[in-house]
Amino acid sequence: MTKLIQQISVFSENKPGKLAQVAETLKNADINLRAFTIAESGDFGIIRLIVDKPEEAYKLLKDVGFTVSKTDVLGVHMDDKPGSLLKISKLLSENEINMDYAYAFVTRDKTAVLIIRVSDVSNAISLLEKEDICFVCSQDIIT
Amino acid sequence: MAYWDEDIETMNGKSLKELQSEKLVKLVHNVYNNSNFYKKRFDENGIKPEDIKSVDDLRKLPYTYKKDLRDTYPTGMFCVKSTDVSRIHASSGTTGKPTVVGYTKNDLDAWSESLARSLTSVGVNENDIIQISYGYGLFTGGLGVHYAAEKLGATTIPAGTGNTEKQIMLIKDLEATVICCTPTYFSYMIEVAEKEGINFKRDTKLKIGFFGAEPWSCELRNKIETKTGIKAYDIYGTSELSGPLFTDCTEQNGIHIWADMFIAEIINPETGEPVEDGEIGELVITTLCKEALPLIRYRVGDLTSITHEKCACGRTHPRIMKLTGRSDDMTIVRGVNVFPGQVESVLLSIPEVTSNFRITIDRINELDKMVVEVEINDEMFTDKMADLYNLQAKLEKELLSVLGISASVKLVGSDTLPRFEGKAKRVIDNRKY
Repeated sequence: MTKLIQQISVFSENKPGKLAQVAETLKNADINLRAFTIAESGDFGIIRLIVDKPEEAYKLLKDVGFTVSKTDVLGVHMDDKPGSLLKISKLLSENEINMDYAYAFVTRDKTAVLIIRVSDVSNAISLLEKEDICFVCSQDIIT
Repeated sequence: MAYWDEDIETMNGKSLKELQSEKLVKLVHNVYNNSNFYKKRFDENGIKPEDIKSVDDLRKLPYTYKKDLRDTYPTGMFCVKSTDVSRIHASSGTTGKPTVVGYTKNDLDAWSESLARSLTSVGVNENDIIQISYGYGLFTGGLGVHYAAEKLGATTIPAGTGNTEKQIMLIKDLEATVICCTPTYFSYMIEVAEKEGINFKRDTKLKIGFFGAEPWSCELRNKIETKTGIKAYDIYGTSELSGPLFTDCTEQNGIHIWADMFIAEIINPETGEPVEDGEIGELVITTLCKEALPLIRYRVGDLTSITHEKCACGRTHPRIMKLTGRSDDMTIVRGVNVFPGQVESVLLSIPEVTSNFRITIDRINELDKMVVEVEINDEMFTDKMADLYNLQAKLEKELLSVLGISASVKLVGSDTLPRFEGKAKRVIDNRKY
């Protein structure tokens, strides 16, 4: 079973209505958002989405004219308590693995999920597994 | 190395100049005596035919403009009797009435002669099969190439335009070795062929392409050559000068302008003053042997530069470099001439973006600010911000080095800028004067 989650990244000009257009496209296809974040820089930004139907979302967003890419990211379960993030980030940094970006959300069953894109995926997986840290797999995301 | 007319094509500079002087003197007398238009134009400028003794006096002559041809519509600038006119062509006339051009029997011969020399300079000969996918009719492209190819003794396939699938089938089944059309149409042909599983390299005998009637960049040339394995050459000419007349040679280092037939000058379109060899400016042509519609210092409007150095192919006639646009597309930003073609050439060299773009110019606090919107190439989009920053920085650096002034680059999504069926409108100038 793959430990990777497919994230949808959408290039967006920084102007009103862009996020609404993304959201509307997903709503119309009954696609549910699990998590999302926006990285912005002046004129443009990247909207990153974790959805229940990534392939479908990718295709639909492309069809309505967005510039879209699929990226493999890691979803890591954390205990919803102080120190959880420290444990993971320390482990990666001590092993010279860089996080390109990260964002987190809390699930219905009160665990926190950290989404990370790292420079060295396979190394990161084996390190985290050794510490008994659980991954969110795509099956957990897909309804 | 094959020549069509070796003596003329390799004639030394001094002899060429003498030949030009002799023809120019005849020309000014001819137009002064046979054209009310030119007589009036000369008189208004205080010029008499006797004032022109050699090509050194060329700059004393007034310019002729496209507007003059429109103002004298349809045939007011013809210098021969209507019965001596063998053929008429006309421009599309997108901005009003068409521009009508005429040819005597000798003019048609000279036209074919000029292009036959050029086709020979890249190795086309009587064994070639030339598919002409230019429009036939009032447009000069189709018939111009057609008669030059026949003069060479080659086989012609007068395919005309449209019906791309059939065009590709003809190239394949009739084993065409040479294709002639617009560069954008050939790019489209490659796309359609790919979809049909036809590979030009593997499935056809094409080895040479002549592309013209619109400016195109060296990057597009490389793309065409890599994809199809053919050699891609420029073909140049405008209806006012006859039609397609010149191409570059196998050196691919400029388009030879036959100096025994035409005098080429490059001028600053703003001031009308000549520019140095190698500097970009507007092409001005004087026709030395046209009878029906001779033109004196005609402002062609195309932008290029010129060199008078002898070409490595052995030919001595001057060469103009790749066309970079039209002088009417030129914009001046912070005192520097900016041509949309320069921006396009930068974009074509960077795979992460498409070649579609839009330039917006504003004046903020008395300073011109230029923004170039550039589309990200869908295929190359990664979700890393750093990649986008780097791309933006790279584009700005390249644009600065090509344009000579700084421009801000704004990245936009693929397919979000307007597409143009005909002439692209790339520049939005918001400055108020």
